[in-house]
Amino acid sequence: MTITNNPVENGVNVQALLGAREALSATPEAAEFTWRATCTWRKGTHSHSTVDGFTGLGAEQQHRATYEYDIDHPECFASEDNGATPVEVVLVGLAGCLTAGVASVAQFRGIQLRSVTATIEGQMNVLGILGADPDIRNGFDAITVRFAIDADASREDLEALIAQSQKRSAVFDVVANPTKILVELA
Amino acid sequence: MQTTAVIVGAGHAGLAMSRRLTERSIDHVVLERGEVANSWRTQRWPSLRLLTPNWQTRLPGRDYTGDDPDGFMPVADLVAALTDYARLAGVPVRTGTTVQTLRAGPHGFQIRANDDLVCARTVVLATGACARPVIPATADAIPPSVTTLTPLAYRDPGQLPDGGVLVVGASATGVQLAAEIHRSGRPVTLAAGEHVRLPRSYRGRDIFWWLEATGLLAERYDEIDDLTRARHLPSPQLTGTPEAVMTDLNSLTALGIRLVGRLGRVVDGVAQFSGGLANTCALADLKMNRFLTRADQWATASGLDHELPPAHRFAPTRVDPGTPLELDLTSGEITTVLWATGFRPDHSWLDLPVRDRTGHIRHDGGVVTGAPGLYLLGMPVLRTRASTYIHGAAADTGALAGHLHSFLDGH
Repeated sequence: MTITNNPVENGVNVQALLGAREALSATPEAAEFTWRATCTWRKGTHSHSTVDGFTGLGAEQQHRATYEYDIDHPECFASEDNGATPVEVVLVGLAGCLTAGVASVAQFRGIQLRSVTATIEGQMNVLGILGADPDIRNGFDAITVRFAIDADASREDLEALIAQSQKRSAVFDVVANPTKILVELA
Repeated sequence: MQTTAVIVGAGHAGLAMSRRLTERSIDHVVLERGEVANSWRTQRWPSLRLLTPNWQTRLPGRDYTGDDPDGFMPVADLVAALTDYARLAGVPVRTGTTVQTLRAGPHGFQIRANDDLVCARTVVLATGACARPVIPATADAIPPSVTTLTPLAYRDPGQLPDGGVLVVGASATGVQLAAEIHRSGRPVTLAAGEHVRLPRSYRGRDIFWWLEATGLLAERYDEIDDLTRARHLPSPQLTGTPEAVMTDLNSLTALGIRLVGRLGRVVDGVAQFSGGLANTCALADLKMNRFLTRADQWATASGLDHELPPAHRFAPTRVDPGTPLELDLTSGEITTVLWATGFRPDHSWLDLPVRDRTGHIRHDGGVVTGAPGLYLLGMPVLRTRASTYIHGAAADTGALAGHLHSFLDGH
């Protein structure tokens, strides 16, 4: 698609994304990325994670800064509540991924966004993680995301926008589909 | 043996190309591993009918002349029609001739077939897009107590054991077989990934009438925004039936078929399905409605609104909020898994450096890249969106025969 004289500005560089898609299709090894985080136990259920580097474009890459995350459980679980729970971080990841997708697809489709707010909820019966009922799973029973979007577009266009953002979302895929996970001792 | 052109495959595309070469007096032979229309004879289930209406099932020099232009041709009738076409056009077919290798030769190409050598300046690959089933890697994890089969081996529900059937894939093949198998008394669970929803008819006209009239099928490969995507689009959820019924997911769940998400993998005998089903269905509904809007706009612009029934929209696809994410394949509930997960061509005998990193032949509208004199036919969106369907071969073979002729003249 060629975008000409497009006055829409959502802060997404669509031409750069399209250029990357073309360049990475030509050099597929550069498209192989590895994302990383390091997590250190503090005390009790409290841990501290950092994110700084990742591998991609055939080289080691650095974020502009080291990003830090405290993870803990709330006081009702007899913890100190030094940060969000791990499952809330998953929700943050999913909402962030879908929102980035909404902005990118909107830019690509020429839709000017004024505001986007995603409210995300994950329902869970904690009898699963407590090991109290073998028929209840550990993870979410269901996740609901509600997007409030103020934009120059019809409701149908906005529905298409959030549908496409799910289709191209890495975290949506990670959550919705099985992934091979290997956990081992160093 | 020496000839100017070899066509590999005597299906509709190979036969149409032969007629084009004959029109240009280009000496050629068609090599066919079985008989004319071999895949249609041996690798399609008997109840299958073409998805395209009879009026559209035309080949170069042959329009449909039967008495049911709006019907859908049973496979047996198509086999008869193609056999007839080959005979009337005097197509030089060598049946029972399996090509073993195709490689570069001193004056073009060398083909080994039935242990004989054929030398040709040009070769046309017309062995079809659906030569082999695509089966996901997780198939290896299906418990041995469960029967598995592909559509190429499927004939009718009677060959399946009694009990539940998991049909994996909800494109044309999957929806069609899901309905047929469910009606045989074997409860079907249908795993649906990305799919293309289209109504069988809209405002009193078959959907292929709309696809043709609006110009969609005529869109050229070099004018399509995302050609890779267009070429890998799943086949639409359509069935050719005498009653011309719609076979979307709503009609299947109304029959009692259980809908689940895309099959992810099978772990310890348990099949896991994607939780993204609702979005997959929403995308298909949106895409269908975009086409219907385009169709309505075309009808208005063409002044046809007073001749056609009014515009309307179909009910959104219903997804049960309680859709299971897992199914235990060891419980005995499911006795058969049917892989309706797509097809791919078989060019394994091609010994030429013409493939991309994913194994697909690189080509520019059927002109194979890096092997002058080599042509490809019968692939989805080869030159236009119509290339996917039988009638698309007429324009494709016309253009490629012209290219082939110029190539020979340039030598």
